[in-house]
Amino acid sequence: MQATSPPTHAGWQPRIVAFFCNWCTYTAADLAGVSRLKYAANIRVIRLMCSGRVDPQFILDALTRGADGVLIGGCHPGDCHYVEGNYKMLRRFQMLKRMLKEMGIEDERVRLEWISAAEGEKVKRVVNEMVAQVQRLGPLGIPQKFDDWDKEMEHFAAHVAAQEAAGACACGTKAQPAAQSNKMEAAHA
Amino acid sequence: MPKPKVAFYWCASCGGCEETVVDLAEDILGVVEAVDIVLWPVAMDFKYKDLEAMPDKSITATLLNGAIRSTEQEEMAHLLRRKSQFLIAYGSCAVSGGIPGLANQFPREQILKYNYEDAPTLGNGGGKARPQLKFTENGREVSLPQLHNVVRSLDQVVEVDYYVPGCPPTPNITKAAITALLEGKLPPKGSVIAPDIALCDECPRKKTKPANVSFTEFKRPHQLLADPELCFLAQGVVCMGPATRSGCGSQCPGGNMPCTGCFGPTSRVRDQGLKIMSSICANVAPKEEEDIAKVLGGIPDPIGTFYRYGLAKSLLRRKVNLPSNGK
Repeated sequence: MQATSPPTHAGWQPRIVAFFCNWCTYTAADLAGVSRLKYAANIRVIRLMCSGRVDPQFILDALTRGADGVLIGGCHPGDCHYVEGNYKMLRRFQMLKRMLKEMGIEDERVRLEWISAAEGEKVKRVVNEMVAQVQRLGPLGIPQKFDDWDKEMEHFAAHVAAQEAAGACACGTKAQPAAQSNKMEAAHA
Repeated sequence: MPKPKVAFYWCASCGGCEETVVDLAEDILGVVEAVDIVLWPVAMDFKYKDLEAMPDKSITATLLNGAIRSTEQEEMAHLLRRKSQFLIAYGSCAVSGGIPGLANQFPREQILKYNYEDAPTLGNGGGKARPQLKFTENGREVSLPQLHNVVRSLDQVVEVDYYVPGCPPTPNITKAAITALLEGKLPPKGSVIAPDIALCDECPRKKTKPANVSFTEFKRPHQLLADPELCFLAQGVVCMGPATRSGCGSQCPGGNMPCTGCFGPTSRVRDQGLKIMSSICANVAPKEEEDIAKVLGGIPDPIGTFYRYGLAKSLLRRKVNLPSNGK
């Protein structure tokens, strides 16, 4: 399995999800584009209005669906279009890194950078550095880990399927469809 | 007309959920009158083979509490799923892994070693005895269930029809679920039988919640004499209320303790721990990295704080670099 043999990952390329803010970093990435700067093609950029909009759920969602790293770009401190958004990201990013470490994910897999609209060159540098960094760390492979963890249930699931098949033949009864026509928003209402 | 059959079962849990059934107090008489309890190991004597002998889907509803952590619990979850029309995850452990789900931060071997060999309170004469999965005596083989590497919520093992959250679920929620079941007024499959709004909505301290929360330090409940009226967030105490479903009657804030999140997130949130972390940490006062770190240092165990009941059901589920082969 790829994930369990760190030294060699032949043919593997890191996949990095980047969340760039609309006002600074995304514009900088645009600038990098029109300036014909070349940077590693391993990042998938998602534009958000503000780095403060980056919900930690987005980051973990990316990582648990197969991303090897997440890059977040926002305006420099003091430059946020919404005044405080980048500070909010900075603060939760600190705790996120602690939590990732405790959950066994190298905190170098996530990076927060301030890149202004004029810094196309910095986009290039940061992306290249990030790709190299994640390349060194190797694949994260969380989806594969999920599969691996659930192997301990495969044996029994097969056993149950066989039992169920036998049971269905024996009694010949079919499951009653649940009486769900009578819908209710919630039982407490 | 035969009464609907109801089963109660427990897996990896503390027994508090079973207690809640009794906490229905005199209402339990009405329940007992309306249903046939066909399985309730904590209170009545049943054998597995009694359950196995029942026709499939013959139990109207099974309220299963506890996380799924061993081969036996896994087997019973499958068996009860097969025998029941409705399988209800009852209590935080069944809903989202609960407190036992915190074991997903550690390898199985470490847990077994500590509990059977290293714990200072062990009284097995200094022996290092570990339970064996199989043992033969007089040609008769006996076996014990095996502990899984991963603690799971019930719906990570079998299909679940409804969720009744809480550690333990409060009597009003339990009653709502049982009433809905008996009257056939069931919400759509997969519903959590609790209000879909944050706890703050019903918290008596709501009016004191500051419009702009700003933390200059965090205090744990034992580190202050909490004001019994003032919003915990305004007192610098981590309260899970904003990221937790209501329905419990705000019992913890009512008892001058912050919410710890046992009712789980509302339907709009996928990962309760990340959501409250995001909200609380974004609102610390400082702007410089060092100062921010100092304030956040007041939360020494973020996993245990933000995921107290939901680690098994969180996006990551488990510490990702742990072995899955028992080592």
